[in-house]
Amino acid sequence: MPRVVVDVMLKPEILDPQGQAVANALPRLGVSDVASVRIGRRIEIEFTGEPDLDRAREIADKLLANPVIEDFTVRLVEADETVDARQ
Amino acid sequence: MTARVGVVTFPGSLDDGDAARAVRIAGAEPVRLWHGDPELHGVDAVVLPGGFSYGDYLRCGAIARFAPVMETIVDAARGGLPVLGICNGFQILCEAHLLPGALTRNQHLHFRNRDQILRIESAGTAWTNTFQPGQEVLIPVKNGEGCYVADTATLDQLEAEGRVVARYLGGNPNGSQRDIAAITNQAGNVVGIMPHPEHAVEALTGPSLDGLGFFTSVLKHLVGAPA
Repeated sequence: MPRVVVDVMLKPEILDPQGQAVANALPRLGVSDVASVRIGRRIEIEFTGEPDLDRAREIADKLLANPVIEDFTVRLVEADETVDARQ
Repeated sequence: MTARVGVVTFPGSLDDGDAARAVRIAGAEPVRLWHGDPELHGVDAVVLPGGFSYGDYLRCGAIARFAPVMETIVDAARGGLPVLGICNGFQILCEAHLLPGALTRNQHLHFRNRDQILRIESAGTAWTNTFQPGQEVLIPVKNGEGCYVADTATLDQLEAEGRVVARYLGGNPNGSQRDIAAITNQAGNVVGIMPHPEHAVEALTGPSLDGLGFFTSVLKHLVGAPA
């Protein structure tokens, strides 16, 4: 079943303390060439019928993201496309 | 007649009991409202208490905004019903677009729990009319996502219209822009505050009695309001 993937990110001008905390921890791993880290949220939606990007956009705008502080993108991921974070 | 002040309980509300007690100590009748019930049962004002509504999943207040009781409260608030959102209630009011801006993770990422001095900037709201402008009060703050943010135009508008209701003094506990602790809508009937006035209404359990002023204010407002 194809899925709709919604990525929600804090707007660039909003301070991301979570990302900053991670960036500050990287030198402890010996990583010294990272300029910044921003952390967002990925939501995968499976529709019972055909995936509906417009509906997904509406869901994202009303609920998944707060447009005051966040931007979002909506895209289709094919059924055979793996979304395993380990890859 | 005793004013009836509704206190909403969402799944995950923590401070609904304290809010109801504060209402009673202020001299009104607390009426418990349930998130799944759209009826307001004839209340004269509503308090959205602190806590973690719907587990704060997704974003604080994002899911509570769509609770059946909120649909009714949003309409009633637009019609002038006094609504006070405390902490998680403030987050819900922003998510419901009754107040501008948003509350994000504390800048230092730590949960902050301490007694906080606030300066009352606006005594013109339904919830602050018993204070003097510039009055300093001591009220507990306890939050992890209490950093108030809005774009510069919105912040300037809030300042210009006197809608910053309270500001943090003696250190900003969460990084809120312009030290904002509480704001109001244009009509002054909806107030969102991050610190907890309901925890400062009794000498035994609070650092002061300063919080009581928010609850007595709404009673004064209701007496003065046309029926």
